[in-house]
Amino acid sequence: MPERLIELKNIAKTYGRVFAVGGVNFHIDRGEVVGLLGDNGAGKSTLIKMLAGAIHPTSGEILVRGKRETHWNAERSRNAGIETVFQDRALCVQQTITRNIFLGRELTRTLGFLDRKRERAEAERLMREIGFTSKVFTPDSIVGQLSGGERQGVALARAIYNNADLIVMDEPTTALSLTETEKVFRFVRAVRAGGRSVLFIGHNIHHVFDIAERFVVMDRGRVALQATKEEVGSAGRLIAYMERLAHPQGIEIPPSPGHRPEAAA
Amino acid sequence: MSASLETTEARAKAVERPPDSALRRFFDVNRAAVGTLVVFGVMIAIFMAASPTVFLHWPIYDSVLVTLPVALYLVVPLVFVVTVGEIDLSFPATMGFSAWIFALFVHFGLGPFLGIVAALATGMALGACVGALVVTAGLSSLVATLGMNFMLRGFIMIVTQGKSIALLELQDTTAGALFSGQVYNLPVQIFWALGFVVFASLLFNRHKFGARVRAVGDNPDSAGQMGVNVARVRIWTFVFMGLGAALAGVFSTMVNYTWWPTTGDGYLLPAIASVFVGGTPTWGGVGTIAGGAIGALTVSFIQSGIVAAGLSGFYVQFFNGLIIILSLLGHRWNQKRYR
Repeated sequence: MPERLIELKNIAKTYGRVFAVGGVNFHIDRGEVVGLLGDNGAGKSTLIKMLAGAIHPTSGEILVRGKRETHWNAERSRNAGIETVFQDRALCVQQTITRNIFLGRELTRTLGFLDRKRERAEAERLMREIGFTSKVFTPDSIVGQLSGGERQGVALARAIYNNADLIVMDEPTTALSLTETEKVFRFVRAVRAGGRSVLFIGHNIHHVFDIAERFVVMDRGRVALQATKEEVGSAGRLIAYMERLAHPQGIEIPPSPGHRPEAAA
Repeated sequence: MSASLETTEARAKAVERPPDSALRRFFDVNRAAVGTLVVFGVMIAIFMAASPTVFLHWPIYDSVLVTLPVALYLVVPLVFVVTVGEIDLSFPATMGFSAWIFALFVHFGLGPFLGIVAALATGMALGACVGALVVTAGLSSLVATLGMNFMLRGFIMIVTQGKSIALLELQDTTAGALFSGQVYNLPVQIFWALGFVVFASLLFNRHKFGARVRAVGDNPDSAGQMGVNVARVRIWTFVFMGLGAALAGVFSTMVNYTWWPTTGDGYLLPAIASVFVGGTPTWGGVGTIAGGAIGALTVSFIQSGIVAAGLSGFYVQFFNGLIIILSLLGHRWNQKRYR
């Protein structure tokens, strides 16, 4: 039985009378890759923002390695070993790559002065590890100059620096080219091989099915399905399930204007 | 695969690689400050050509070295405030209020050193109040600090009934020599102010606080998601502004050993202008302390230079505006903006 890394108990987030997430139970074990699926507005991003401490749940409990957490916030989440690669990548584009990698977690010497030498060396190492093939960029490059895939690389480099136990990735492959997507997949497999966990959020069900071994499907703020890869069987079945979820009555395809029944016969 | 790599390389060539040589990297990182220095140099050259009798002799520089320190204590923290994405218009009143506390301490015989400590504490407390209004109460910094400026100044006027406080007893004391004397025939204030600029520059460029100020000004959401306490960073920049205003107040009071209820008035627009003349952009996330200091120098020289050159005071405003516009145009061309 692998260690239970994170457990959310009856977590809910309401905005006034509208609930974004309503009573979700959810857990991630050590060393597994979990795919989180769901339509737009299903509450995926709200859920992972609560996990990252960026927003506060209205009710419910968060347990890290079996211990109940209080005063949960972004700093505590990171200290607990959760790194989140947000959908917008959470970068400061006018700052250098180094500053972004150490954003909120600066390496310091005495009295809070930055250890710039060590930061730069670590940033260089992480950039190599993440696969910055281009020699043009140095740790002093401004993030605003980078392409989307390279910015994603900076966000990933930041996530692996601290050997986090869980890396949460919110739609990491959206708007990336094929080769860049493959890089992200290689990254997830490398993290998994290191015995760490990944929570992978995606819209492309084929991507998520390929990479994850357990799936959580959310629908309108609740967990609709939790299943392992064996239980699901194929990406096709997962897609079919999600379509039924979105359209319980099935989809009526309206006949095209030029359609003549006798022609089909 | 290789094709895609090639295009990356080709695109990357269009992007500037940070220069390898240390000197060029220095110019690249400090381009705004260097640009400001060039503007200053050109301005002084024009002044020298226009009025050699004044600008090739020492007294004009001596008088600037007396007024400049006060401006530096205001401009440098203001760079922090602008970089974090806010503005502070309350520092003239904070400056007057803190100097008032200092004057009262001296007046009632508690001594200048205790007075300075009290003034600095007052300035920081007022800065914290401004910070609480902007950050905790969520008011716009432009409007809230404008209100604070009027309110504090009004409070001073009500209580003092517009009367000044003379502190002539400070003349010929240790405090007087330390904060208003001469060292190597230079006004001692300039050494304190330069020390402050160096300290603030280290804080801004080499310290965790400065890094977070820049990150919050750049993208507060990202900084917050990465565990930076955005509210705390913002409040501390206002506290630092209050500290600078208090220092400015104490030093300006020590120049003539008199506190006026209007102390600080008249510094608002020159200080703000200096920040932008120095090359700190208005949108937050980046800033330059050295540029701000040179900007303050430029603005001080316009003020004393125009009059010293024999032109009437009416020209001061015109040239002030001209220099500001030219500087902004120069920085616009000189700086890269990433969004």
